[in-house]
Amino acid sequence: MGNKTPLYQQHVEMHAKIVDFGGWEMPINYGSQIQEHHQVRTDAGMFDVSHMTVVDLQGDKVRDFLHYLLANNVDRLKTTGKALYTCMLNEQAGIIDDLIVYFMREDWFRLVVNAATHDKDLAWINKYAGDFAVQVTERTDLAMIAVQGPAARDKVHQLLPDVPDQLKDMAPFNAIELKNYFIARTGYTGEDGYEIMLDNSQAAAFWDKLYQLGVKPIGLGARDTLRLEAGMNLYGQDMTESTTPLESGLGWTIGWEPAERDFIGRKALQTQREQKDHKLFVALVLEGKGILRHDQKVYKDNEEIGTITSGSYSPTLEQSIALARVSPVADKTCMVEIRGKQIPAKIVKPPFVRNGKSCLS
Amino acid sequence: MSEILGDLKYTKTHEWIQIMDDGTITVGISDHAQDLLGDMVFIELPELDTSYKAGDDCAVVESVKAASDIYSPISGEVIAVNESLTDTPELVNKEPYGDGWIFKMQPEERGEIENLMSASEYEEYAESEEH
Repeated sequence: MGNKTPLYQQHVEMHAKIVDFGGWEMPINYGSQIQEHHQVRTDAGMFDVSHMTVVDLQGDKVRDFLHYLLANNVDRLKTTGKALYTCMLNEQAGIIDDLIVYFMREDWFRLVVNAATHDKDLAWINKYAGDFAVQVTERTDLAMIAVQGPAARDKVHQLLPDVPDQLKDMAPFNAIELKNYFIARTGYTGEDGYEIMLDNSQAAAFWDKLYQLGVKPIGLGARDTLRLEAGMNLYGQDMTESTTPLESGLGWTIGWEPAERDFIGRKALQTQREQKDHKLFVALVLEGKGILRHDQKVYKDNEEIGTITSGSYSPTLEQSIALARVSPVADKTCMVEIRGKQIPAKIVKPPFVRNGKSCLS
Repeated sequence: MSEILGDLKYTKTHEWIQIMDDGTITVGISDHAQDLLGDMVFIELPELDTSYKAGDDCAVVESVKAASDIYSPISGEVIAVNESLTDTPELVNKEPYGDGWIFKMQPEERGEIENLMSASEYEEYAESEEH
């Protein structure tokens, strides 16, 4: 039997289909995955993301530690609650994981890393933490609920005892601690909303109250199509330890400045940047019939130029979309091989969908 | 619990087969199969007038989750395909035994049909697969 989150019973009662996800028994859907997808795009849905790993890092030199550990520069974090998306790289600049880092206090930062990479992430972090006298604490006492959609923030405000202006006016990629809740305006859907950390013992009651307010439960299936439409990468699929941020559409997350900041993977990244021949990460929209899927091959003039890393059906656009890693020869169109047939696809810039609307021209 | 119709035959790959009065057969996928696969978004129908052997993959149903092959339950020739699935693949979810049928065949020989599972055999098989 896999691990269960504090919301497992809620999922069973809401008729979820449960699957194994990185050792956790998680809901893939509660009925129709497509309906759940539209629910988030048009109203509000909630996701149990308690399987994700929350790690608190404390110590006087924690900022210096993160300067070295993370590819993005934590000096972008100056105010309490500010969040930053970043990769954690190995020496070859391969991606060990992607994560969000929150600035809590000068001697306290918080990381949220993926569930499937839990063991290797903690081993990697602990390997270097000692050099900086940083204390690493995994917060297994915290559950996490993501509430996403145009009505999501309003629904969350309704169930809080009082809503300070600081929360009402909080900009995206910021978080505040409010009583027992850590409320972050972040997400993985391309919609507005919150990701809320709270004590395991409070999770079920919070979930049930959201449900009473009309927020519907959303499974991992819709979470995947939502993030794909939003052009967001999935670790293990769109990026792994054998791909770098430059090859994964994440060049914008590399903190190149200041040049003297030494972070793990920097040398390898710099070499790759100078050589300029690395693969590119692009978005595809299928023009013919079929569904783009992970591992399908991409062709240009009958020459294989790359591979689809994530592909599915887009419920919002009602056509198939994908993310792919291709040689820099690719331009505006390509062909994708689906069951032996070559089907034309258009190369576009991600995202496909933001705040409920198509980004395709 | 998914529905299993008593008067149909079934395969281990979750197709159902209805034997019509004129000896032709209609093929679809079971309620159990559509429930496992989830929301259908694309159906690749078999080629009309093409002959398949029993067990040949002849069509593909794609849900949001994954693509699954549909196998010809017996040897025979495809005499009709359900064109409405091209624009409304969700019929396979909504009415797996009705408007969600996939194709019709003229069997090569009747004998093969007898080898398919009855409803009760299929029910037992589908349950055993879940454990």
